[in-house]
Amino acid sequence: MRKLAFDGLIVGGGGAGLRAALELAQSGLKTAVISKVFPTRSHTVSAQGGITCAIASEDPDDDWRWHMYDTVKGSDYIGDQDAIEYMCSEGPQAVFELEHMGLPFSRTESGRIYQRPFGGQSKDYGKGGQAARTCAAADRTGHALLHTLYQANVKNGATFLNEWFAVDLVKNQDGAVTGVIAIEIETGEVVHVASRATVLATGGAGRIYASTTNALMNTGDGVGMALRAGFPVQDIEMWQFHPTGIAGAGVLVTEGCRGEGGYLINKDGERFMERYAPTAKDLAGRDVVARSMVIEILEGRGCGEAADHVLLKLDHLGEAVLNSRLPGILELSRTFAHADPVRQPIPVVPTCHYMMGGIPTQVRGQALTQDEAGQDRAIEGLYAAGEAACVSVHGANRLGGNSLLDLIVFGRAAGLHIEQAVRHGISRREASESDLEAAYARLARWNASTAGESVAALKRELQNCMQASFGVFRTEKHMRKGIETLKGLRDRINRAHLPDKSKAFNTARLEALELDNLFEVAYATAIAAEGRRESRGAHAREDHQQRDDENWLCHSLYFPDDERVAKRAVNFEPATVPVFEPMERRY
Amino acid sequence: MQVSVYRYNPDVDDKPRMRDMSIELPEGQDLMVLDLLERLKEQDPSLSYRRSCREGVCGSDGINMNGLNGLACITPVSQVAKRGKLALRPLPGLPVIRDLVVDMGQFFDQFEKVRPYLINETPPPAQERLQSPEQRAELDGLYECILCGCCSTACPSFWWNPDKFVGPAGLLQAYRFLADSRDTAGDERLRDLEDPFSVFRCRGIMNCVNVCPKGLNPTRAIGKIRGLLVKQGT
Repeated sequence: MRKLAFDGLIVGGGGAGLRAALELAQSGLKTAVISKVFPTRSHTVSAQGGITCAIASEDPDDDWRWHMYDTVKGSDYIGDQDAIEYMCSEGPQAVFELEHMGLPFSRTESGRIYQRPFGGQSKDYGKGGQAARTCAAADRTGHALLHTLYQANVKNGATFLNEWFAVDLVKNQDGAVTGVIAIEIETGEVVHVASRATVLATGGAGRIYASTTNALMNTGDGVGMALRAGFPVQDIEMWQFHPTGIAGAGVLVTEGCRGEGGYLINKDGERFMERYAPTAKDLAGRDVVARSMVIEILEGRGCGEAADHVLLKLDHLGEAVLNSRLPGILELSRTFAHADPVRQPIPVVPTCHYMMGGIPTQVRGQALTQDEAGQDRAIEGLYAAGEAACVSVHGANRLGGNSLLDLIVFGRAAGLHIEQAVRHGISRREASESDLEAAYARLARWNASTAGESVAALKRELQNCMQASFGVFRTEKHMRKGIETLKGLRDRINRAHLPDKSKAFNTARLEALELDNLFEVAYATAIAAEGRRESRGAHAREDHQQRDDENWLCHSLYFPDDERVAKRAVNFEPATVPVFEPMERRY
Repeated sequence: MQVSVYRYNPDVDDKPRMRDMSIELPEGQDLMVLDLLERLKEQDPSLSYRRSCREGVCGSDGINMNGLNGLACITPVSQVAKRGKLALRPLPGLPVIRDLVVDMGQFFDQFEKVRPYLINETPPPAQERLQSPEQRAELDGLYECILCGCCSTACPSFWWNPDKFVGPAGLLQAYRFLADSRDTAGDERLRDLEDPFSVFRCRGIMNCVNVCPKGLNPTRAIGKIRGLLVKQGT
């Protein structure tokens, strides 16, 4: 097996990976980015509404502490306050850096970055009304951000292994991560990519659900790799259902639509969010809005022939505003909903959007596990950032616009930390032949398969199971049934067949490997969801409807080897501000 | 419906061929071409193509559909099929790796050649660099490019000189930075483009404009660069 060796290896070329890569490229260390797609194809490109940050453009008195308050409250109090403090206070610097790199933000009359209102935002710790804190490049902020970061990496001469697929982590005999096994997709060659530090920046896994806003390639590859290596995942039961996915197609319609003044109506034309969230209305937290929509539909006030969606009304904003602020939404709605928002409302339904959980990390990106006494222990050689990680700034519910900020703040932090660690010197035993064989085993299994079920059919069953049993509302009975289905699927996937064994650009092989990753994430989600016996943020249980701070004001930690759910303390010790104590969450 | 698909797998095929596949379309639903490809791949998992976002923003699935370049994920079958027939080919003019997957190396080389990043060596302010809404509006129609390659691979000038003619996508990027009030390297950028090939091989036939799935107009951007070059020359 050919071997490449680096000081730092980043798996994933989205916002977090590219921000970490930029830091390392500027450091002069020998680093590389492995990306299964050309980096500008990464799912960050689909982010629309913006990046939330207290840069004090729309409101000169804005304060990052208010952003922190909103984020803590949005997380339903299981976001780590030291991490949220870091993100919100470092945020302005990180956003200005992006602007200096050339990101084409929309502008105010005074020439500053344009900011729009988003859900869950307030001034003065919830007492000063709606804030407008989300920095935007029209409704294409993710595209603008991802392309800008790629451009900056080109400028700084970063090394890219584009269209390479990371298969599994390589661990040495001490359990430290020493790199990955990867496939060069064009040739099919399997390569051992060794590195002193490996960053998983592989994004989310929204494709575990049948209905999702996520790209087809969002299959949780990094989380799957970590779980197969025996490492835990945190808060993986917390999945965000975005209120406005286009009904049927699943395509995202930004919260920025409601930020600009759009609102949701039921079949009677009623602006129903006024009943559920009298103050914030359509700009309540995403979990709150999504649940309200599902209740409207379940109670028979849905729209359309099947009464299975509600409508997002935008026409009252006028064509000029829609063209300048939401041009991408006009395009998407016309293409996928056959509705022109200038004249007609868009049919929308809550759709799986974001994985709040992931690989637990320190604020500087180092991945964590727990020792036998339940104490945090760093995983040597492994880092994570972005949606794949759970640092945790989103807790049980992410606020709109905080994901892009998460990517750049913690991508940068991971890069800085790795640079320091490498300069201090890292010495570690090399992976042995048997270590490599262990990492190669899964790929070898698929390559040797001679008969069995098809990948596409198994994937569909998996997605339907998750949709049915682990959606917006959850109950013990359905989740138990879902877990049984998943156990059956595990055996069937382990015996599934890859008919095409050819080497060059074999996408069937990639989809088989992705199915394993989807399964790992889905199964962890199921066990953790069944385990958390309360309702908090996006995790809404019909059989445990109240938040239970006595027992569950904590992270869940799912260990794959014994399928155990442990608890981990939430950080309530910000360094520079008083702690935000848990309160009832109202919008 | 009859779909004829360009197939080539270098592991087993001496040369490419078009292969007919038939597929039942669901009643009353207008599928996108990508949905069709996904169904064909379920029939034959060895069919290879790139795809990701399935909503027209990532730029992965540029292919040639009945002779027209476009993104499979936002092109309704009804828009390109003729009399119930549809031929799917890789983007023209680039080496084929397998089936509908082309080697985009030359395309990205040209992209990198224009130094597709903001250059401004003055120390940045503590906050953002200011830009008026009017200055920012100059970037509309330029920054939205998704690098799908539909335009450059529809351009005969690019087919003939893919190593020397920057092509519509690269030139759109070049102008995106020339037009940015924050960029200070305009003169150098223009000097890099003043040879007879980089810009001047454009013959203005506007295939790029016709195929751009984002509705962008590279020909207009090229015209602006020509204007700046002429102005600089005088």
